[in-house]
Amino acid sequence: MFDIEQIRSDFPILAQQIYGKPLAYLDNAATTQKPQCVIDAISHYYECDNANVHRGVHALSERATAEYEGARKIIAGFFNARSEREVIFTRGATEAINLVASSWGGANIKAGDEILITHMEHHSNIVPWQLLCERTGATLKVAPINEAGELIIEAFDDLLTERTKLVGVVHMSNALGTINPIASIIAKAHAVGAKVLIDGAQAAAHLAVDVQALDVDFYVTSAHKMYGPTGIGVLIGKQSILESMPPYQGGGDMIRIVTFEKSEYSELPYKFEAGTPHISGAIGFGKAIEYIQSIGFDAIGKREKELLAYATTKAEGFDGLRQIGTAAEKACVLSFVLKSVHPHDLGTIVDREGVAIRAGHHCAMPVMQFFKVPATARASFSVYNTEAEIDALFIALKKAQDIFA
Amino acid sequence: MFDLRDLYQQVIVDHNKSPRNFGKLEFFNHEADGYNPLCGDRLHVYLNVNDEGLIEDVSFEGEGCAISVASASLMTDTLKGRPVSEFQQKFEGFQHMVTADLDETPDEEALGKLAVLSGVREFPSRIKCASLCWHTMKSAIENSKEAAKTE
Ligand SMILES: Cc1ncc(COP(=O)(O)O)c(C=O)c1O
Repeated sequence: MFDIEQIRSDFPILAQQIYGKPLAYLDNAATTQKPQCVIDAISHYYECDNANVHRGVHALSERATAEYEGARKIIAGFFNARSEREVIFTRGATEAINLVASSWGGANIKAGDEILITHMEHHSNIVPWQLLCERTGATLKVAPINEAGELIIEAFDDLLTERTKLVGVVHMSNALGTINPIASIIAKAHAVGAKVLIDGAQAAAHLAVDVQALDVDFYVTSAHKMYGPTGIGVLIGKQSILESMPPYQGGGDMIRIVTFEKSEYSELPYKFEAGTPHISGAIGFGKAIEYIQSIGFDAIGKREKELLAYATTKAEGFDGLRQIGTAAEKACVLSFVLKSVHPHDLGTIVDREGVAIRAGHHCAMPVMQFFKVPATARASFSVYNTEAEIDALFIALKKAQDIFA
Repeated sequence: MFDLRDLYQQVIVDHNKSPRNFGKLEFFNHEADGYNPLCGDRLHVYLNVNDEGLIEDVSFEGEGCAISVASASLMTDTLKGRPVSEFQQKFEGFQHMVTADLDETPDEEALGKLAVLSGVREFPSRIKCASLCWHTMKSAIENSKEAAKTE
């Protein structure tokens, strides 16, 4: 049973007022709020178990290590990784992509190779590949999108060739809400011998992901968009590929033996986790995933579809509103521009009504360039949002129009 | 608490709707680009300073939110026909106004109609929108080649 009141009460932050109005938090694509159980797990760690991991023989260190590794196990299960060794903690999706670009890319990409991404990528899945191309002389290719904000599959297929060594695709676009057909993209990429990195920063909170069924080489995401803390995320990679990759950073925890002549690296996943990790972050991430599992993706998906449909209907009936991103397959994102009101002014005006949305380029400037807008306003939904909050957004939009009338 | 109307005063709404001195000057001897990476606002200013050091004409082009367009419109209105030597003082006066404590009353005598923008103080994320044009104008006057930024 989906009990919205219960779910809302799990998130203490939602109960507050902003400028005397009830908070309507519709900026979930930027970061989600955190349920009490995640906050408690983090506090509990600092109050009772804080110690460094993998280093001490004392009780606290053993507890901290067990919790940290316990979180890895939860995450491995959630994404159906083959083992915990395939789960590498990073600072977030951004660092995970940089890890792959730097370590795998540095070892495997050479002049003449091609890296294929899409026009709807977040900057974090563009810039690391640009840097890699600059270093190696490889070429970055970009598969185009259509007016609905969908990947043009035929064009993607044409760009995918024997020269393509890596395909980087966003699972769900943060700027448009588009969900990409990653299963078929992965199969096609593998057919030409390319590896695939999927940016799951947005998708992982909304859709079930099975890395084995997808046969994906690298899947990355950030905890903070999945009800978990900031500063932690994962790279989930195929063990065989991760084993062949050189380390990303050097330091403590990632080595087995160090002499001044040569060091021997640790086993996976520690080879890629140099230094003291974000222990409380990993623990909070594990708890956040348990929270998602306690609701279940069936209920989450059903509820979020209802919210998007409700918001989309309102948007279609709103005079002067142009939606940016109308893909047939999309989730949780209503990106738009209003005639006569700049997104930035909208953001400020609706904020005064208690409605939190994002205004800007959403770290996807090429998407803005494609739609020929300097910025968009974006409302993004999560399982705890309500129809009443969407109503509050549209009332606030009307108010903005009136100010500029 | 400030009301939204303190930020979006009618004057600002009007200047946004029909900005003064908008477009490219036919003759100019200074220009500069300004860019606010946070919201994507882009601005280009042109100015023609004559031999006596008077700003004979000034204009701007670009795309931005109401605050940034109105601010550029008001700025060009204020500078037109004035000696370029006064710019630095006006620049500092404006900067002070938009970053001053909320309880400080803006010096309306010195600021003139620019005072309508004092409401941005209440909206920290919007201060850069109001000051972008001033930074851009400063680099145009100093003729530096780099695009002005609000950072
Ligand atoms: C689609 C997408 N990819 C990558 C990222 C980067 O995530 P992070 O900033 O947590 O590393 C984001 C976050 O905005 C995103 O929405």
